[in-house]
Amino acid sequence: MVNTILILSYCFLILSILGTLYRLVKGPSAPDRVQALDALGINIISGIAIFSVSSRNTGFFEVILLIGILSFIGTIAFSRYIERGVVIERGQPK
Amino acid sequence: MDLLHLVIMAPFIYAGFVPFLYKEGRQIHTGWLVVMLPIVLFSTFARMIPTIANGETVQKDLAWIPSLGINFTVYVDGLALLFSLLITGIGALVVLYSIYYLSKETEALDYFYVYLLLFMGSMLGVVLSDNLGVMYVFWELTSMASFLLIAFWHDREKSRYGAQKSLLITVFGGFSMLAGIVLLQQITGTFSVREIIGQGDSITTHAMFLPAMVLLLIGAFTKSAQFPFHIWLPDAMEAPTPVSAYLHSATMVKAGIYLVARLSPIFAGQAVWFWLVAGFGIATLFWGSFNAVKQTDLKAILAFSTISQLGLIMCLLGLGSAAVYFGLEGNNVLYTTATLAAVFHLINHATFKGSLFMIVGIIDHETGTRDIRQLGGLMSLMPITFTIALLGAASMAGLPPLNGFLSKEMFFTGVLEASQLSLFNMQTWGILFPVLAWLGSVFTFVYCAILVFKTFRGKFQPDKLEKTPREAPFGMLLAPLILVALVVIFGLFPNMLASSLIGPALASILPQLLSPGEIFEAQLSLWHGFTPELWMTIGVIAVGTLLYLSLPKWIGLYRLFPQKLALNQAYDQMLIGLERRANQVMRLHMTGLVRDYLVYIFGFVIIIVGSTLFLSNGFVFETDHAAPIGVYEAVLAVVMVIAACVVIFSKTRLTAILATGSVGYMMALFFVLFRAPDLALTQLIVETVSVALFLLCFFHLPKLKKEGSSLSFKLTNLLISLGVGLVVTLVAFASFGTNGFEPISTHFLETSYKEAGGLNVVNVILVDFRGFDTLFEIVVLGMAALGVYVLIKLRLAKGDEP
Repeated sequence: MVNTILILSYCFLILSILGTLYRLVKGPSAPDRVQALDALGINIISGIAIFSVSSRNTGFFEVILLIGILSFIGTIAFSRYIERGVVIERGQPK
Repeated sequence: MDLLHLVIMAPFIYAGFVPFLYKEGRQIHTGWLVVMLPIVLFSTFARMIPTIANGETVQKDLAWIPSLGINFTVYVDGLALLFSLLITGIGALVVLYSIYYLSKETEALDYFYVYLLLFMGSMLGVVLSDNLGVMYVFWELTSMASFLLIAFWHDREKSRYGAQKSLLITVFGGFSMLAGIVLLQQITGTFSVREIIGQGDSITTHAMFLPAMVLLLIGAFTKSAQFPFHIWLPDAMEAPTPVSAYLHSATMVKAGIYLVARLSPIFAGQAVWFWLVAGFGIATLFWGSFNAVKQTDLKAILAFSTISQLGLIMCLLGLGSAAVYFGLEGNNVLYTTATLAAVFHLINHATFKGSLFMIVGIIDHETGTRDIRQLGGLMSLMPITFTIALLGAASMAGLPPLNGFLSKEMFFTGVLEASQLSLFNMQTWGILFPVLAWLGSVFTFVYCAILVFKTFRGKFQPDKLEKTPREAPFGMLLAPLILVALVVIFGLFPNMLASSLIGPALASILPQLLSPGEIFEAQLSLWHGFTPELWMTIGVIAVGTLLYLSLPKWIGLYRLFPQKLALNQAYDQMLIGLERRANQVMRLHMTGLVRDYLVYIFGFVIIIVGSTLFLSNGFVFETDHAAPIGVYEAVLAVVMVIAACVVIFSKTRLTAILATGSVGYMMALFFVLFRAPDLALTQLIVETVSVALFLLCFFHLPKLKKEGSSLSFKLTNLLISLGVGLVVTLVAFASFGTNGFEPISTHFLETSYKEAGGLNVVNVILVDFRGFDTLFEIVVLGMAALGVYVLIKLRLAKGDEP
């Protein structure tokens, strides 16, 4: 029962990854791609979670947390880049 | 360390003190402090004459590199003693002459005498070394010292050209000689000339015997200015005249003669040796004397005359080697005449050529020119100089009763006998020898006449001269006077040399012809009856006089000779061509484009790794140990491939960066799949940071535009990338298929907790089992960070100090 659910979720996950990949490749604009990358990160989180369950392994939970953080930071950085042209602004000149 | 070693090293040691002597004793000419040394050395060698004349030899060993068989073995026999006396004797006279020739005020005397002493020491080393390895060292030192001396006035362009030319040619020869020495060592297992001779006929059948002979002969020919390597000698005349007198007439150019004479016991009796030495000698003789006639510079005449006379000696040594062929049977005295003449002429040439060079130096010194078109009528102004020049030139032309006459007569005897020889195909070509020899002698007579009469006779042209000529100071005339006195003495009393020097020298050139205890009884006499040789000499004088008197009528013939075929032209063109070709080759592949260099590198990876795999039958494809492929891996791999393709075909930078990032994240997922949590963590962070860095960099770059690269360029890149991918894949398969050994990872798994107290095996390996790698990875990161900081902060303009 559990196995069936896991495999089913894998299939859906793969479908959604393919979908986001299509968006990542196709574009058409940079924000679309950033969105796709963010979604891809979340898909990967779920993929690793399902994998951890199916392989009865707790060693990858840290990876899940990390991807969450990185995906967030990355999306923020991209957004700032698209919005203002720079990621880290210089301090105010005194 | 024996006295003999000290004698060779003495000039080197003394050269070290010369700069101090020069600095401290400014009032006195440095030459006075130097001249003592060759005199002392000369008397040391002179004391050995009785010992050597008795047929004894002196040998002293000194270990230098015993493991290679290279020992500083000094060996004195007749030949070595003869050369040593020449080197030190004429060395003393040249130093004496240079005291008056070189000005104390305007010349860098310390350099001059240091170079001269270096040369003297290395020349002594060449002739006294029994070990060929050591001899080569001294041989190259003579080339170096000669190079320094030719370019003594290094602010003149022609001096530098002459020095470079002589260095290139003599070092080329020296190098080939080294190859010959090494071959000889390989054949015989020893560097010692004594021991090589001792092995006798057994080495003549060796396959390397002939190459060794030819290589050694190239060395001898380049040093002794034999055809076609003679071209450096006329250009070496840019040296100060004492140097020309010493190096380029009496000593260094005879090093090749010495080598041929020294190695005669090994190679003589071989047809190749006979033909090479005698043939090139006679060609040089003719070509040198033929070219000397057209020169207008006194030193150039003497240079070509030196070439010609060296060819004469070389030819005689070649002809003399025929005696060995006949061995002990038959009338040996007949065939040894040539060798006897060679040794005798060697001494004679050193005496008269040395004096002639010094005379030319005096003329140059007193009139300011060496051009015979500007000189004339100096006879009454410089009577002593004229007398010396007349005697020297007469001896060179081979007139009785001077020593040149004797050696020329014996030379004619040698070539006449050689043409009668019944060996080495002499029946067909042998007639060339007397003909060329006679023609060469005629031209010799002509240029000797030009040398004397154009300079001292004719009309005095004071308006063309820079100075008012007058007789040279006595000190300057002393050295050429001594030499010319020797010319006369050796001519009138030739037998005083015969038993003391020439006999022992013959014994060391032709040891095969002596039974133990026997010594050569060389007989020289001024008058030996009406022989064909005498008629030849009379013919030389008659035809030579005619030719000299009609000189203006036929001198124009020389202009018919095409300049393009001249050897100097060939040498210059060769150098220029070599440089141009080298530049072409350089420009062909060093394009300055990194992508071209990458093409070479990857191309070679494909060719070398691929061909090794193919040639060594290394490719294995085996699936025995392979794990089953799961769905996840397959899907991930497909995604990764798609992302990689996006990178290649992307139109904008952002797409490329994002696609690269997704490849990295897929990699992290692979790490997850293959149970490597630490790697996955690190990979994710690093990938994120590098994507951010890419964004940072590419923001400042212009938009990625389509580069108009040609189809063939793209095709090359495609082929190379496919090739590299294929080769790496094949190698990966092959290395996977031949997994022969157990991995050591089981050891880490077992001992991780027991020995290091950690359960995370990856981390235990990183910091415990293999902490060193980690340390230096940290260093790498630190250096990279520092480097980035410096690159951003340090902005130097051109020429700023950091």
